[in-house]
Amino acid sequence: MARSKTKGAKEIDASSMADIAFLLLIFFLVTTTIDQDKGIIHKLPAWSEEPPPDDVRINDKNLLEILVNANNQLLVEQEYMELDELKDVVIKHLDNRGKLPNFSESPQEAVISLKNDRGTNYGTYIEIQNSLKAAYAEVRDKYALTLTNGSMNYREIDECSDNEDLDSAKRNSCDDLKKKVQEEYPMKISEAEPVNLGGN
Amino acid sequence: MSRFSKDSGKKETPAISTASLPDIIFMLLFFFMVVTVMRETNPILKIKLPQATELSKIELKESVAYILIGTPTDVNTFGSAPRIQLNDQYAEVENVKAFVKQSYAEVPDAYKGIFTVSLKVDEEVTMGIVTDVKQELRKADALKIIYAANKKVEQD
Repeated sequence: MARSKTKGAKEIDASSMADIAFLLLIFFLVTTTIDQDKGIIHKLPAWSEEPPPDDVRINDKNLLEILVNANNQLLVEQEYMELDELKDVVIKHLDNRGKLPNFSESPQEAVISLKNDRGTNYGTYIEIQNSLKAAYAEVRDKYALTLTNGSMNYREIDECSDNEDLDSAKRNSCDDLKKKVQEEYPMKISEAEPVNLGGN
Repeated sequence: MSRFSKDSGKKETPAISTASLPDIIFMLLFFFMVVTVMRETNPILKIKLPQATELSKIELKESVAYILIGTPTDVNTFGSAPRIQLNDQYAEVENVKAFVKQSYAEVPDAYKGIFTVSLKVDEEVTMGIVTDVKQELRKADALKIIYAANKKVEQD
């Protein structure tokens, strides 16, 4: 009697369950990729058939000229430079406010001109774009912190102005702050069409 | 007493219960289902994305068209010159404009304003081909682009 009692309550064999789950797991591992849709946002200028006008003159002071050749070497304002120095020079240029004679007169007038060779590596190009973005982010952060008495940096203001969960009054104040910062440090990056600068 | 010790000796090596194994595997499965997305394109190009720090995330996948540039994986058949890939197949620079126009038409109306072209380019590729594609994008009036990149690992 005792024996039949223990045998009566049979459990369903679940050992194959693991195998089935493993099969599913492997299927998903093979057919999917980890989401990595991140990147550097960039805005292209609109296409126009006409050649650019010749008489657009920007004060040489306000222009920071960056040239990249096919050997991925940088020439900033006619001087050879390493890639990791670029960010500091751009910040110096943006935040000069007329102090040094060969940098910009004010952040609003500062323009960065980037010209690269057709043989430049894409990796180098992205590093330069990244340095420029980082430089702008840094000066904007600094300005945003002074505006808000140190409570918010530019990224937080940007997120707050896009956040639909917040109430509209708060969002509008963030929007105003964002505009103020962007007006103080407008992003003016001009990209020339690449030519053969030589070096290959 | 002897019987008791015999019984306890038998009970010393019970089989390890595998009943919770399916639960663990299912947990892994759900984890992967949540963090991954379906592969949309076949890898016919070798693309190693560059690294950057100032990254933005694409919010809506519906509003994005992908243009891939890299060296073919099958070097023996297609050579090692950089190629463009649109929709699972090799394409030329001239095809980019039509592709972008078509992708734009397929985007739902509500998202047309945030239409973005994502450039997934191998870091070893030279700028020549990338610039040609960018000029085509300007002609196609797709001005918002994003250079796909991975998060830079800081070396301290």
